[in-house]
Amino acid sequence: MTWILKHKNYFLIGSIVLILLGGLSITVFGFKLGIDFTSGSLWQVKIPNASPADVKNAFSTDFGVGEVGLSFDSSSQVYSLTFKEITDDDRQVYLRGLKEKFGGEVESLDFWTISPVVSEELKRKAILAIILVMFAISIYIAFAFRKVSRPISSWKYGLVTLFTLVHDVAIPAGLFAILGKFTGATVDTNFVVALLFVMGFSVHDTIVVFDRVRENLTLFKDKLKLDEIVNQSILQTLHRSVNTTLTLVLVLLAIYFLGPEGIRLFVLTILVGTVAGAYSSILVASPLLALWGKRGEN
Amino acid sequence: MNSKQASQFVLITIIFVTVLAALFVLPKPLGSKFLPWQLGLDLIGGSSVVYQVDLAGIPKGEWDEAVAGLKEVIEKRVNLYGVAEPKVTVAKKGDTYQLLVDLAGVKDVEGAIKQIGETPHLDFREVVEKEGGTDYRSTELTGRYLTKAYLDFDELGRPLVNLEFNEKGTELFRQITARNIGKPLAIFVDDSLLQAPTVAGEINGPAQITFGAATAQEQVLEEARVLVKRFNAGALSAPIVQIHQRTVSPTTAEDALRSIIIAGLFGTLLVMLFMLGYYRLMGIFAAVALVIYTILTLAVFKIIPNFTMTLAGIAGFVLSIGMAVDANILIFERTREELKKGLSKVSAIEEGFRRAWPSIRDSNVTTIITAIILWYLTSSFVKGFALTLGIGVIVSMFSAIFVTRTMLRVFTKNES
Repeated sequence: MTWILKHKNYFLIGSIVLILLGGLSITVFGFKLGIDFTSGSLWQVKIPNASPADVKNAFSTDFGVGEVGLSFDSSSQVYSLTFKEITDDDRQVYLRGLKEKFGGEVESLDFWTISPVVSEELKRKAILAIILVMFAISIYIAFAFRKVSRPISSWKYGLVTLFTLVHDVAIPAGLFAILGKFTGATVDTNFVVALLFVMGFSVHDTIVVFDRVRENLTLFKDKLKLDEIVNQSILQTLHRSVNTTLTLVLVLLAIYFLGPEGIRLFVLTILVGTVAGAYSSILVASPLLALWGKRGEN
Repeated sequence: MNSKQASQFVLITIIFVTVLAALFVLPKPLGSKFLPWQLGLDLIGGSSVVYQVDLAGIPKGEWDEAVAGLKEVIEKRVNLYGVAEPKVTVAKKGDTYQLLVDLAGVKDVEGAIKQIGETPHLDFREVVEKEGGTDYRSTELTGRYLTKAYLDFDELGRPLVNLEFNEKGTELFRQITARNIGKPLAIFVDDSLLQAPTVAGEINGPAQITFGAATAQEQVLEEARVLVKRFNAGALSAPIVQIHQRTVSPTTAEDALRSIIIAGLFGTLLVMLFMLGYYRLMGIFAAVALVIYTILTLAVFKIIPNFTMTLAGIAGFVLSIGMAVDANILIFERTREELKKGLSKVSAIEEGFRRAWPSIRDSNVTTIITAIILWYLTSSFVKGFALTLGIGVIVSMFSAIFVTRTMLRVFTKNES
């Protein structure tokens, strides 16, 4: 049974299509950046007796603040307002104004201000972190598999890992570009942390399969073709690849449904990335390795 | 003592340590007496403010000292405001200094922040007359040398604000007055000119700010009083600018804490049920090891000095619970394979551990790499996530391998 390897081209094309779709939605929709990357202020207020239009109106006419970003969660009646940087004193003034207008039940929940100095640094570090993690993991894989050089040299394990990491990041990133466009979901530090976590985790399954390929190569090098060895390795490790992902998914679902509102998007990013990671580890990484190793054989 | 007895002894030790750790970790009845959990502002509410320090007027070699002085002043001011345990930390990034003020669990956050904002910035400047106006040249004498301010009255009954400096400040003041005899010396508060009295002669003692014309006595007296009060609560040696603020209301924080704990417990339960359902007998050991893992990891967090648990930190820890059984899965799957090959139970288990080890090691290393990069490249909030994730992974290697193996050694009978 070599069905995985027989269809490897479909799996690889599927992966490339997903990466391209991710890239496409990012270029078309762009990211909606959170205030930690754009600088400014984010204020969450609970205003029970008002409509979004009322609130918007209060700011533009009563307080004279035109540029207010507003998103509204109707179930909890919490408004997330984004401004250009405002001070804590400004916020006090607005809070008093809102209380006068909409009654004493108005409650200030969460306030966050970031100056351009900080946001520039956060942005720079976020990009640096993603690149560093991608390369550090790939280099580590190349290092960890240094003792297998035949028929596939170890730097190829590293490069294949790099490709799967791009895959695992591109899918949630593309999803967030779409979410940003239609629901206003923002890309912030939490999102970047989620991507980094996904990279660190999704490579686990890749390692498990690679490790088995390495073991089987020494056992069957002369008896079986590379394709068959890789195929067998994937099948032998399938249960554990699926189960290790599943335990994390169980925990993620628990946090998604029961955990705090504030980290729901963070969990969603990891959830999507983890599933994408399982796909790439099982159906992309090793087939790619086989494809590449075969070219080396000829 | 044969190897089985040795394993039994190790297992009893592990259980004993875990029970102690559990007493230490749980807030009631003993845990909080010994060392209470420190929760971040996103879990109890409060505010965190970051100030950038403007050090332009201070010679480079004295920056560290000046910032340390600033920190002291700010601590003093928030303490005056009645903040139980304000945390002020200095972050140095290249040539810029930032002061991080954490006011977790403070009810009147607005007041506390305002209090910091009102800290006066005092400095003395030399006056240089030039064409078309006056220039003020900064001197080294600033609020950082101020030890005490007090109110006095001169012979005409006018209020006087005396500023006493420490040894270095007094010496600086003597030098400045010596070279400016007959000229005015400007006193700046918060970058605006307060007064520029003419220096009569070299002064070796406190500086005196006279509050002139006695026309509106009451008002002038009040002004002097306010100034003394502000100076006594500490004067800043350099201006500070607020660059970041995060305030979380206690209700949001409490909700977050409660729901993440519920989610964490439920997630752990799901993982345990999965392990039991899928791996049956071996799953019991994985489930027990997971409980031991959870307790020991929490104990490690609590032991770390100054460790503050944040929402991100708990999230990282809960994710590590989802990953902690991964090593067990790898081992159990391998053990099943070895059993199929016809190995005895005991040797299949040993072989399972041995063969699964390289994968476990390599995959945990990649997560540790990620955690380290995260730790170095993120701000304080995310650092909590990086730390709990990294520690979680390290402890999980211990629990999934050492603890599970010991249990399996004790409870596996070789029916050959």
